[in-house]
Parts: sequence; C-alpha cells; structure tokens
Amino acid sequence: MIVIVTIWEIISKTNLFPTFMFPPLLIPNEPGGTTVLGTFVDGLITGQILEATGVTLGRLLIGFSIAVVLGLTFGFLIARYKWVDDTLGFFVTALQSIPSIVWFPLAIVWFGLGNLAILFIVAIGATWTMTVNSSTGFKNVPSIYLNAARTLGSSGTHLARTVILPASVPHIISGLRVAWAFAWRAIMAGELFGAAGGLGYLLDMGRSLQSMDLVLSIMIVIGIIGTIMDNQVFLRMERNVSRKWGLGT
Amino acid sequence: MKVNLEQVNKTFSKGKDDSLHVLNDIDLKIEAGEFVSLLGPSGCGKTTILNLIAGLDHPTSGEVIVNGEKVKKPGTDRVVVFQQGGLFPWMNVMDNVTYGLLLKKMSKKEAEEKAMEGLRMVHLGNFTQAFPHELSGGMKQRVAIARSLVMDPDVLLMDEPFAALDEQTRIILHQELQEIWEQTGKTIVFITHNIREALTLSERVLLMSTRPGEIKRSFTVQAARPRDPSDSVLVNLEKRVMGELEEEMEKVLKEEFGDDYRFKTSAVRDRNRDHMGDHI
Repeated sequence: MIVIVTIWEIISKTNLFPTFMFPPLLIPNEPGGTTVLGTFVDGLITGQILEATGVTLGRLLIGFSIAVVLGLTFGFLIARYKWVDDTLGFFVTALQSIPSIVWFPLAIVWFGLGNLAILFIVAIGATWTMTVNSSTGFKNVPSIYLNAARTLGSSGTHLARTVILPASVPHIISGLRVAWAFAWRAIMAGELFGAAGGLGYLLDMGRSLQSMDLVLSIMIVIGIIGTIMDNQVFLRMERNVSRKWGLGT
Repeated sequence: MKVNLEQVNKTFSKGKDDSLHVLNDIDLKIEAGEFVSLLGPSGCGKTTILNLIAGLDHPTSGEVIVNGEKVKKPGTDRVVVFQQGGLFPWMNVMDNVTYGLLLKKMSKKEAEEKAMEGLRMVHLGNFTQAFPHELSGGMKQRVAIARSLVMDPDVLLMDEPFAALDEQTRIILHQELQEIWEQTGKTIVFITHNIREALTLSERVLLMSTRPGEIKRSFTVQAARPRDPSDSVLVNLEKRVMGELEEEMEKVLKEEFGDDYRFKTSAVRDRNRDHMGDHI
C-alpha cells in the first residue's frame, strides 16, 4: 500500500504527465495545488461526495433487493418445475452472459432517462446470477433432509420455508455476494451514462472538468464501500453460517 | 396386522429401454409390536422396501398397507431414522426434536416437554442447545431416534441407523434400542447388512436375496433378552444365516468380477471366519 502510494507520488512529481492527468495523492505539486486526499476530504466536508454516495447506495439497495427477490423466486421455480427449468433456466444462462449495461438503451426507451432506468439495469444485472445460484442451492438440497422432513409431516410451503430455504443458505450467500458485485458494476455504468446525482454522475463530471483528483477520490469511495460490504456483511454471514453448521473451521 | 406388503414389485427405469428390477413379488407381513430386521447384501433392495413403507417411494405394482390403509404418501405414523441421522444442521437439538411435534399443532411448551422426555430416554437431556455438528456420531443417532420416538409413530423404520458408528457405540445403542423397544412396544422395521446386529435386536430376521430382491428366508430368533452375542442360540443361527448369505454374496461377486470368482473356495474366506457376521 505504502509502496504504491510512494510510486504514485514520484510519478506525479516527475511532471511526466500534466498534473490534471496524474494528480498527487498526498503532497501538492505546487503550493495550494490539488491533491486526491484534499479533494476527498473536501468532498466529504461539503457533502458533495457523501450526497452522491447516498444517492448511489439508495439506488443500489433498491435495485439489489428487487434482484434478490426476483432471483430467489425464479430460482425456486426453476428448481421446482421441470418445464420452467427447460424454458427459463436455459434462457437465464443466455441472459447472464449479457452485460447489464447493454440493456441501457432499451431501459431509456422504456422508462426514460432517470432513476427507473438505472434501477432497471441494476436489477437486471444482479437478478440472473442470483437466479442461477439460488436454483443450484434449491436443487442440491440433500434428499435426506427432504425425506426426514416429509416423514415428520412437513410438506408444501412449510417444507420450503423450514428445510429447502435454510439448506440452500450457503449457495444463496455466495449468490448475494456475486449479485452485489454485478449490481455495483451496473450502477456505475448506468450513472456514468446519464442520471442526475450519484457517484457515477460525479465521475462523469470529474471527467468533463478534467479533474482526475475527483475521479480518484470516487474510486477510493467505491473501494472502501466494496471492502466494507465484502468483509463486514458477506464474509461475516458466511462465517456465521459455517460456524453454526460446523462447515469448515 | 400392522404392515402388509402384497405382491410388491419395484422397477427403476434407467433411460429408455434399460430398467432395473429391484423388488420381485415381495410378500411381507409384520405384526404390531414386532421387531423385524431386513438383512441382505448391499443392492438387494432393503432400503427400497423401507422407502415404500415410509411412503417416500411408490411400488411399480402391488400394495403397501399399514394399519389397514394403503400407503400413498409419507405420514407421521411411519417415521424413519436414516443412516446419517438426517438431522437439520441449522437447528439445535431441541428444534430438531420439536420439528415434527410443532407440525402436529402442539403448543411450543408442550412440544418442548415432550422433546425433553424423548431426549432423556436417549440420555441426551443436557444437550438441547447443541448443534448437530457439535455431537458425536452416536449422539446424532440418539437425537434422530428421539426425534422419531416423540412423534409416537405406529411403525418405526430404521435404515442402517448404526452402520456408520464405531463398534463400542453400536453395542451401547443396541442395548438401548432393545430397552426402548421393550418400554414402548413399537413396531420396528430395522434394515441392516450386519448379521450379528440383526440377530441381537430382532424377533424375526428376513434374509433377502439380490437382484431382483426377494425375501429368501425368514428366521425367528428365540433367544432371551437382553441378548448376549455368545448365546448358543444366536451363534447357531448366525452360522445358518451366514451359510445362506454366502450364496447371495457369491452371486453379487460374480456379477462384479466375472464368473470365475469362487467365494467358497477363496482363501480369504477362512481368515474372515473370525469376523463372521460383520461387514458383509
């Protein structure tokens, strides 16, 4: 980390590239000049970056939630009904290979340039991986659990709620993790292309103002949020499940 | 008559023209309160019979009747104890045992009391909050037995429940299962490939032949309880059962290794004598 920062600073100070293209991270190149850290802190203080982060996270959470609900539903249907597997299941594999931003032109035509279009591509970016993961999870519920539950009198929705869902939790968590990553990519692309507010919009602004310090600050924000989500939320979930179930260590 | 199988056939289809005839004309009658073992080499269809009685599978032809009613689907009057226990790893011991009780619309308090009763019966009263992975193999099977017993089933179906356990634990659980059977008077159908286990536990041992599975012989075990494996009645029976089984084993081995294989003249056999009855 320190090495990378140092190398960056040195390159920035060699004047190999203009300062606006390669801004210094910590120490300004000329008195009162811009630094990434300065812009980052400024952005936090004036609320510019914080506000944008809030907007983006809000959209992300809504889109992601829609994707999770849809993914679980599709996954269940695929695992439950053979004909859904043969039709939708096959289709999902194809859909999954389409980068979600490809949907953007369609989304703009359908929903107009704005929040709805962004939500649409976030949701569609995350839904298919969630579907694939949850259907794998549901399909691979060990039959011994199903049989045990059935001989104890469980069936239908009770069986789904008390056995199929909890038995698929490990698959579902890894699905959430990948879906979250896909959702991030989708929202950044979406906001870059056009929407009021949000980190992607700020990135685009940074580009047009040729202020790479702002762009780099936003990259730092995205990195921090990504790390926090992965370590604090998903890894913790995974660990809790493995501890409770006695999987691994 | 508690359990009655009439002319039951079961065929599994593997692809278009290929099919596997697993059970051939099985006629089986089990009286109320009887402890019956189904004994046979692997692949003889023991577990299939159990699944048919449990209602987890359906016969290709013939009828399975329990308590005078045709078996159509799983029911709480016929609970299964599986080889691996089948405990839910995401629930603690108490939740596992109360699972079926709560489904019977029993109040939580009542269910927990009943579960405690069942757990005490298998000497696990202090482990209600433990998760399955924290228990040893023997303890897991005890929980599985408790979970089945609290349901108060008419027929308790046991599918090689002790096969994965070490010898000491198995001997202890044999003892306890006999006690439980004497206390509760349940009808028990027990599946095993271990001759000594079958003879130690049951009133009647049904020896199955393989592919297609048929009931080859029925042995009545008339030995005093609690049973002692060195009891002359049991030793004698063990020899007779072993004799019958050898034919079946040769059949299986020939199928796997070709017609040249001769189990009866094979040198390994004499060395195996000491362990007769185990790991066939």
